Formats: sequence, structure tokens, C-alpha cells
Amino acid sequence: MTGPGLQLDGLAARLQGRRLFAPLSLTVLPGQVTTVMGPSGGGKSTLLALVCGALDPAFQGQGRVLVDGIDVTGIPTERRRIGILFQEPLLFPHLSVAGNLAFGLPAGVKGRRARAARVNDALRAADLDGFGARHPATLSGGQRARIAVLRTLLSEPLALLLDEPFSGLDAGTRTRFRETVFDAVRRRGLPTLLVTHDAGDAEAAGGPVVQLLPEPAAEAGPNGNGKSPL
Amino acid sequence: MPDTTSSFDRGIRRPFQAMLAILLLTWCGQAAADDALDPADWAKIAQEGRGQVVYFNAWGGEARINAYIDWAGRQVAETDDVTVKHVKIGNTAEAVSRILSEYAGGNTTSGSVDLIWINGENFAALQRRDYLYGPWTAALPNMQFVNPTQPALENDFGIAVSNMEAPWGLAQLVFLHDTAILPAPPRSAYELLNWSVANPGRFTYPQPPSFMGSAFLRQLLVDLTADRSALRKPVSEVDAAAVTVTVWNYLDRLHPLMWRSGVAFPQSTSAARGLFADGEIDITVSFDPGEAANGIANGTLPKTTAVYTFSEGTIGNASFLAIPGNSPNKAGAMILANFLLSPAAQARKADPAIWGNHTVLSMPLLSADQRKHFKALESMKGMPGPGQLGPSLLEPHPTWTAYMDEQWEARYANGD
Amino acid sequence: MSRSQGVAVRAAPFATAAVLTLPVAVGTIGIVLPFGWLDGLIAGGRGGGDWGMPAGAAWAAFRDAPGIGASLQVSLTSALASTLIALLLVLGLTAAGQGTRLFGLLAQAISPLLAVPHAAMAAGLAFLLAPSGWLFRLFSPWATGLTRPPDLLILHDPGGLALTAGLVVKEVPFLFLMTLAALPQTDAARRCLLGRSLGYGRMAAWCAGVAPALLPQLRLPVLAVLAYGLSTVDMAVFLGPTTPPPLAVRCLHWLTDPDLSQRAIAAIAALVLLAATAACAALLWLLARLAQLGWRWWIWRGLRLQADAAPRAVALGLPALFTALGMSAILALLVWSVAGPWRFPDALPQAWQASRFASHLPQLAGPLGNTLLLALGTSAIALLLTVGCLENEVRRGLGHRPGRALWLLYLPLILPQMSFLFGLQVVAAALGPGPGLFAVGWAQLLFVLPYIYLSLADPWHAWDRRYGLVAVGLGAGRLRVLLRVKLPMLLAPLLTAAAIGVAVSTALYLPTALLGAGRVATLTTEAVTLAASQDRRLLAVYAVLQTVVPFLAFLLARLLPAALQPGRRAAAPA
Repeated sequence: MTGPGLQLDGLAARLQGRRLFAPLSLTVLPGQVTTVMGPSGGGKSTLLALVCGALDPAFQGQGRVLVDGIDVTGIPTERRRIGILFQEPLLFPHLSVAGNLAFGLPAGVKGRRARAARVNDALRAADLDGFGARHPATLSGGQRARIAVLRTLLSEPLALLLDEPFSGLDAGTRTRFRETVFDAVRRRGLPTLLVTHDAGDAEAAGGPVVQLLPEPAAEAGPNGNGKSPL
Repeated sequence: MPDTTSSFDRGIRRPFQAMLAILLLTWCGQAAADDALDPADWAKIAQEGRGQVVYFNAWGGEARINAYIDWAGRQVAETDDVTVKHVKIGNTAEAVSRILSEYAGGNTTSGSVDLIWINGENFAALQRRDYLYGPWTAALPNMQFVNPTQPALENDFGIAVSNMEAPWGLAQLVFLHDTAILPAPPRSAYELLNWSVANPGRFTYPQPPSFMGSAFLRQLLVDLTADRSALRKPVSEVDAAAVTVTVWNYLDRLHPLMWRSGVAFPQSTSAARGLFADGEIDITVSFDPGEAANGIANGTLPKTTAVYTFSEGTIGNASFLAIPGNSPNKAGAMILANFLLSPAAQARKADPAIWGNHTVLSMPLLSADQRKHFKALESMKGMPGPGQLGPSLLEPHPTWTAYMDEQWEARYANGD
Repeated sequence: MSRSQGVAVRAAPFATAAVLTLPVAVGTIGIVLPFGWLDGLIAGGRGGGDWGMPAGAAWAAFRDAPGIGASLQVSLTSALASTLIALLLVLGLTAAGQGTRLFGLLAQAISPLLAVPHAAMAAGLAFLLAPSGWLFRLFSPWATGLTRPPDLLILHDPGGLALTAGLVVKEVPFLFLMTLAALPQTDAARRCLLGRSLGYGRMAAWCAGVAPALLPQLRLPVLAVLAYGLSTVDMAVFLGPTTPPPLAVRCLHWLTDPDLSQRAIAAIAALVLLAATAACAALLWLLARLAQLGWRWWIWRGLRLQADAAPRAVALGLPALFTALGMSAILALLVWSVAGPWRFPDALPQAWQASRFASHLPQLAGPLGNTLLLALGTSAIALLLTVGCLENEVRRGLGHRPGRALWLLYLPLILPQMSFLFGLQVVAAALGPGPGLFAVGWAQLLFVLPYIYLSLADPWHAWDRRYGLVAVGLGAGRLRVLLRVKLPMLLAPLLTAAAIGVAVSTALYLPTALLGAGRVATLTTEAVTLAASQDRRLLAVYAVLQTVVPFLAFLLARLLPAALQPGRRAAAPA
């Protein structure tokens, strides 16, 4: 059972005693992108919350999450070292690009100069040289998304969660950005879990595709994650 | 209005005043009727007062007094069709200030105060400016039971009353102690100081310039001043600093030995009584010889509570009812004042279970029947019997009150 | 018909602006009236001595008043300290607790405290904390060995610590609810998750991601808290120092002094309070800039601060403690209101006297009636104006623009009440027999209107306009849409706004005391008058009633929609 990568073992969540989806078990190998697909409101965000340890207290979780063979189920989010990318880049509008990146850089990198150097290296490697002083609001959507990836990668995660990070972009940017992300994942050997309802994303990921199934016993309604049908 | 004519001819003011006058006249049409009011024609007054609403401005910090005024209001509503609204003020000066500012604003006929519970400096302030209605009290039917020439009722802090205010109650400064805890209380200012040395933190007095705090300061002034004749004169006519130096020396020594080391003070008589009832202090002051009996009767003070005075006596005074000159409801106010002077109302007020305030009525002027009720009260628990209290000392000239309050504030409320 | 309501809707913002700004402007100008400039004009030539004194003489008298420095100092420290502590407690609580079950529980426990009037809270705290109060009674003599109350300076301490604590207890719920209202716009949950996924501790992630978005929205509420602290009289009377008292209390003393020339000193005090508010606001701004610098350094340094268990416990525990304090204070009020004889150190009264409410009913009826009349009247007018304003914004497509309009709304809340109400009172007194229910109602409206607007604006703008379009498509006019569709759908937020209005009106002390000229007695003015008497039982009766009024209002706001629109829940589209 133990080994490198991200491992989900019988992962499920209950809301008022009702399971949102059938227990999910899978292993994502280093550098591999596994896609979880499911209908809108089928519990995808709940699954992500379970993996990163941020389940709303209204839910009860079950199952285990292992990162490189270590059980992180009882460990708080900040110690799991699982990075997340959301649909929006969520760059801090009150900080420059460099400030946003420094926020991701581990505290172990000490000294103002050393930290600035690491930030600049990362920008250069991503072909974003000289963007450090820019304000997030002055960037294009694609640039913002790439900065968000850089910030997450700088924090040196052991695994990566992607919460439909490509859906906010136009078709051209989307393809290029997908390549950038998957390329980085492969190069760093990050086990990556992609959650999406877009078949194109799944195909581009090139990894296994898992369908999130509704709980067979119950008539799982569309209200499963508490969202209104409208 | 004596001093208004001098600059009356300035043109720009005329239209403004005319407008104001019209406004005021339309606001209260009955103002004109008041001018014809004859205080001697009681039958007419009784008729005129019907339907009036009297705003009675009286200190409202004491539940039992509020309840009594409420009762009186219900009586006159029933018998005379006068509606009484008790405006509960924290300090009589508030109402005086309002009357003064109304006059300053040109409001001479539709003031917000119809009857005011008053004495001393506040009476002097209104009387000096001619802002009081009167003389009116001689014609009150119930004045027949009052001996107006007795010293306490003839002069109010040395100012001639001259029928400008109706007597309401008699008071004398007393101390309360629990005979079970403190059987032999200190009976002079210096005994109090010595006792405090042995019992630090067990005495305090309400903070001046509250009514009781001022009274306690005047008590010390009268008690500790060798030449009391200086106190009969206005402050400006004597070397006040020299007269009062013994009082400040005394307080400088007393305060560190007091409750909260004299840094915080209760804000009123009833606050101090609350501390006494809670056992925080052993002695408290009051201006009401019926205070202990009342507290025993309503269960807020221990049954062993008693009142006493200094052996050389304590200051005493009377309190009165006055009608501001700009009251629009003078007839109603006079009806209420007359009722408050009636033997029935005074007897109820004297009952410690109700209030416990000494009556201003003269026993010899009452019928045997009317007297019986007052007699019965003397035997109540906690009520001082005749002659049990020390003599009642004369109040200093009213100007001393403000002087002592200001000096006290400068010395003890300056944040040092 | 439709045209006239159209005119009314367009006129609403102007009427609202007039209601809010005119009195504030007149009041601010009125402050300087006692300096004798308008003596001749208003007083009909009466000598200057009766109406005021020149500004120079007044300033000298103010400067030389005994202990004036101490008064100003205690005003400044208690207002600043209570504002900062309350803000830090609320930020800490939100940072540590957001998204947890405990946070939800605290949110439910804290909000009712917002409805408790300041005076009642102060009275309850005094009952609780005094050396002869409930806390000492509960622990005596078995733990403390005391059979008599200790001679401890807990209340009315010269440093104003008791006053500061009281202000904190009362302001934490206010700032907390303001925070709860602002949080949804900050995308707080995802920003926190992002920070934590980058390895930051729970509180650190909140401070990094949410605080910068939240704080600008709290600027005006914080200023309102500061201004209240500086000009509070009702809380200071119960808890503040007396030798000398805080500046606002002394201002009121000068204002009500029988010697009218003292009003000029009161005017100086009112101006000093105004300046003090501005200075404190500037100081807060400076502190905010310093905090920002520190924050930037920390972000750049990337310190993860994962080990935050102890700070989190403190950040959750302190607000819980203050909430418990507030609730115990209310409980103490309830106990005292029905207590019979109760000697120290008994933990409970020897006997109970539930009859007190009934026996005081004749005296309570007047103030209770005035309180209800003012509360309902001002809330109704404020609701009308607010609905008019909001409808105008929506119809003219102005959208929901905070910004300048919000500053206007907050104006009466961020200026010290003592200052402009003082000026209003001077003007009212100068113009003749103004004081009364009407003047009090108007003064109260200044404070009721902003709160009602703030609570109704969001739900009003969030209403789905397509319902209106559907109704128009069915042939309904705009008025019909408003009356038959929009108002019924927004019934719950409308009633909540009304309840907030009732709570605000019931609690107001200074506007009622100053413009009522003592003739308009409400539960609050009676309670503050009784504060001096320390007749705990009667005071408790007033304070309890004072608390019951807003509670009933909130209860009705909660129950009425279900009662009026049965089945609404099932039929409504979430």
C-alpha cells in the first residue's frame, strides 16, 4: 500500500448521515495527472476539501489520504504540503507579483537578497522576467494564472490539486497554460489530482480518468453540496 | 425684564423678535389667560387649573419619593382634574438651568417647568433674576396649617422666602449606623476622624456637588468654623480661604482613611445607602431623619439601623415648591402645591414606610384627628423620638454652597 | 398615482440627505453660539453674562478647570484602548475561528448582546464586578474568606479601566457583526485555504489573505466605535471615574449648570471632543500604516507561523470570556430585578420579589410608552426613507455604490454625539419651546436611519430583478411590483432592519436627554438617572425592560415572516 505519490483510500464524506459519493480509492504516481470527473455539484469540491484537509465542519469525512506513504489524514492543511490551484488565480491584489511569489517561498530561504533572487529565478524560468514589480491587476488572465502556479510551486508541495484551473481562460490561452502546468508537474514529479467536468482537460492530462459516482444506495439529488439548483 | 430695553432699538432684531413672539403666542394660547391669574382668588384658580398638565420637576433619584409623587399625582387627577408629570431630574440645577435658558431665549410664557422642588442656592438664583412667579403661597387653603414665621420656613438659607415658594418638607443632616455593628458611633467631626484611623475604608460621603455631598461639606464648614457669623454673610464679603482652611485640612486627613481611599465617591445619598446596605461602609449620611425607619420598613436596611447626629447638632433646612414665572400652568401647579401641603399628604409623606420626611405643618394648628396620624409615626422602628436628635443648625449663606463645591472639586477631583 | 410615487422615490435621497446632514450641520455650527456672538439677536438684548461668554474667556475657564487634563486623558485612553482592543479581539476571533463550529456558536452567542442597550450593559457589569457584586458574592466567603465586601477600587477607577472594559464588552458584538457582514465579499474561505495550502498556519493564512480585504470595510465602523467611546455619557456614569469624570460627562455638567455662562465652557469641551476624535482617528490611521509595514515585511519573509495553537486558544478564549461577561451582566440584571433582601456575601437573594414589575407599572408606563413610540416612529420613518433611497438607486441603475454615500450615512456616527447634539440643543433652546418628542425623534433618526440603511441595502440590491420583470410582463405597474412583489419577498430583511432600528432607538441616551430637555423620559434616561442612586433593584427593573424591548423586536422580526407567509419556506427558491 505504501509508496511514492498521492494515495486516496476509501475517501468519502457524509452530510447529515448521507454519503455524497461512493468511497473513492486511487493512487496518483509522481509526475502523473489523474483526472476526477463528475457532474456539476457531484461532490468534486468536497473531495478536494477532503484531500487537503479543509472539510466544512458540517460534513463528516471517512477514509485516508497518504502523501508519499505518510498518512496525513489527521494533519492540518498547512502541514500536508499539498498545493492547490483554483479556478481563479487568487493573487493578492494588495501585493506586487514579487510579493505574491515571496509569499509562497518557504521561510527557510532567509535574507532579503536570497529571497529576491529565488523569486527572480522563478520568474525568468517561466519567461516572465521583469514582471516582479508589476501589479496583478495589470496582467493578462494567462499571466495571472501562471503567477499563481509559480507561487504554488515555490512553496515546494509534495502533491498538487487542480480545481478546474483552466476553465476561466479562453481557448488559446487555455491550451498553452495546460501545457505549462502539466509540463511542470511532470518535470518535478508531482502527483497531481485534476478535478474537472471538461473532457478536453482530462484528455490533455493524459493520465487515468476516474468518474465520481453517486452513492448507489441513495437517490443522490443535485443538492448534494448544498448549492441551490438555480 | 429689567435689562432688555437698553438695546431694544437695534433694527435688525425687530423682525426676528416679532417672528419669535408670534410663534410663541400661537404655540400656547393660554399664556394670555395666566396674566389675569389672581393668587388670592382660590375658587377661580381651582377652576382654571382643571385640565392642566403640570410638569413637576423634582429630583428623581429615589424610588420611594418617585412613588410618593406618583401617588400625589393620581390624587389631584381624581379630585381636581390636574395631570401631574413628574420630570425626574438628577439635580435641581438641571431644571434651574433650563428655566434660565428659556428666559435667555426669550421664552417668558411657555416654559417647560411648572412646579419645582427647590431650596437654597437654586431658589436664590431664580429669585435674584426675578424668574419666579409670586408671591402666591399665602392664599393656599392649606397654608392655614403652617406657621410661616418659624425660622426654618421664613428664611431659605438666609434668603427671605416672602411667599415666593411653598414649604414642603423639613430635613436635618443625620448619620446612619447599624447598632449591632457599631453601637457607639463617632459624634463629632474629630471623633469621626479618629474612628476612621482605627477603621480605615469604612466611611464615605456622596461626591459634591451632589445634593448630599454639598450638604456634608456645609456640615463640616459649620462644625469646624470657629466664627460662624462669617457664614451668615456672602462668600465675597469675607476671607473665605481663611474661614475654610480648617475644613480642607480636615478633609486632607480624612480622605486617605475613607472608602476607596477617597479616590472614588458614591454619587448620591441612595448610592451611599446602597454601600451601607451592602456592608461596604459602616456609617452613611442622609438629609432625612426618617431614612433608617424607611429602610427598615421596606426591608432594604437591617432592623438594627438607627440615625444619629453630632452631639453639637447638624445643619437643617426646609425644602420648598416654587413656580417659574414662565410656567403656562400656574393654576394647576398651585393646586398640586396646595394638595402636597394637606394634612393627609403630609402625613403620608411623614410615614417612614412611604417616605419618612418631616412635616412642615404645625401640630398646634391641626385638629386632634389630624394630629393622631403624625403621633403614631413617632413610635416606628428606626424613627428618632422627640429630642433624640441634636439641635438643628442654621445653613450658611447660599453663596457658600457653590464656593465649597468648587473648592472641593479643585482639590479632590483634579485627577491627582 | 404612479407618477407621484415616482416623484417620492426620486425625492427620497434628498430627504434622507437633509434629515442626516441638516441637523449635523446646524449642530456643529450651534456649538459656537454660546460664545456670545448671537447674544443680542437671540436673547433680545439680554446681557452676555446670561447666555455665554467670549470664546477666549471660555477657553481660559476650560483650561483652568480642575483636573481637565485628567478628564481629557481618561476620555482619550478609554476610547482608544477600547476601540483597539475590541478590533483586535474581533480580528483574532475571526482569524482563529472562521470556518469552525465554535465560530458559528460564538456568532450566535454574541449577536444578541448587540441588542442590549449600553446603559443596561454598563449597569449589569457594575452589578457583576463591584466589590459587593455578584462575582465576589459567588466566591465569598468560601474562596476569598470575605464576609464583607473588600475595599477595592474596581469601578470608577481613575484610569478608566472599568469603563474601557465595559466599552469593549459592548463594542465587540458590533464590530463582530460588521465583520460577519463584510466577510462574504472577501472570498475568505478560499483565500484561507490557499494560504494554508502554501503552508501557512490557520491564523497566518487569514491575516495574509483576508485581513487586507476586510479592514478597509471596517474603517467606518471602527471610527463609529471610537467616536462613541469619546462621547459616551451613559456608560461613563456607571463605570467611569468621577474625580474627575471623562470629558463628555463634564461637558454635560457644564451644559446643565444653572449658570448659563458655563455653556460656553461646554462649547469648548464639545470642540475639544471633536478635535480629540479627529486626532484619535489620525492616530488609528498611523497605527494602520505601521501595521501594514509590518505585514508587508512578514509576507516578504514568508514566515509560516504554523504553531499557532496557543495564540488561537487566546484569540478564541478572550472574546468568549468577554461574551460570557456580557451575558452574566444581563443575568445579574435579571436576578437583581426580582431580588428581595440580599446581603453580602450570599450568592443568591434571601427572597424573591417578582411583584416589583407590577408595583412599578404606573411609573414605568410613561417611559415605556415614550420608548416604544420613539422606537416605532423613528424606525418607520427611517424604513420609508431607506426604501425610497434604495428603490431610487435600483431604478436609476446606480447599483450599490458605497463610497461617498456611505460617508454621509456614517456622518452622525463618526462625529462625537456630544459635540453636534450639544449645538443642536443650543439652537433648539434658542428658538423657543422646541424640546419634546418631535425634537428627540429627529435627533434619534440621525442614528436610526444609518443602521437601517446599512442593514437593508445588501438584501435590497441582491433581490433578483427578474421577478420584477415577470410582474411587469403580467401588466403590473412599478408601485404594484414594489408593494405586491418586492416588499413581501423582502419581508424578513425589512423586519430585521426595523428591529435594528428599534434596538438603536431604545438604547440612545444623549439625543434623548439633550433634546428632550428632561421632559421626554424613556427607559434609558430613567435608567441613567437611577444610576446615581444605585437603587439596584429599581435600576435593574428599568435595565431589564430596556433590554426586553429590542429582544422582542428581534423575536418578532424572526417569527412574523413565517406567521404572515405560511409555506413560504417550501415555495421560495432558496
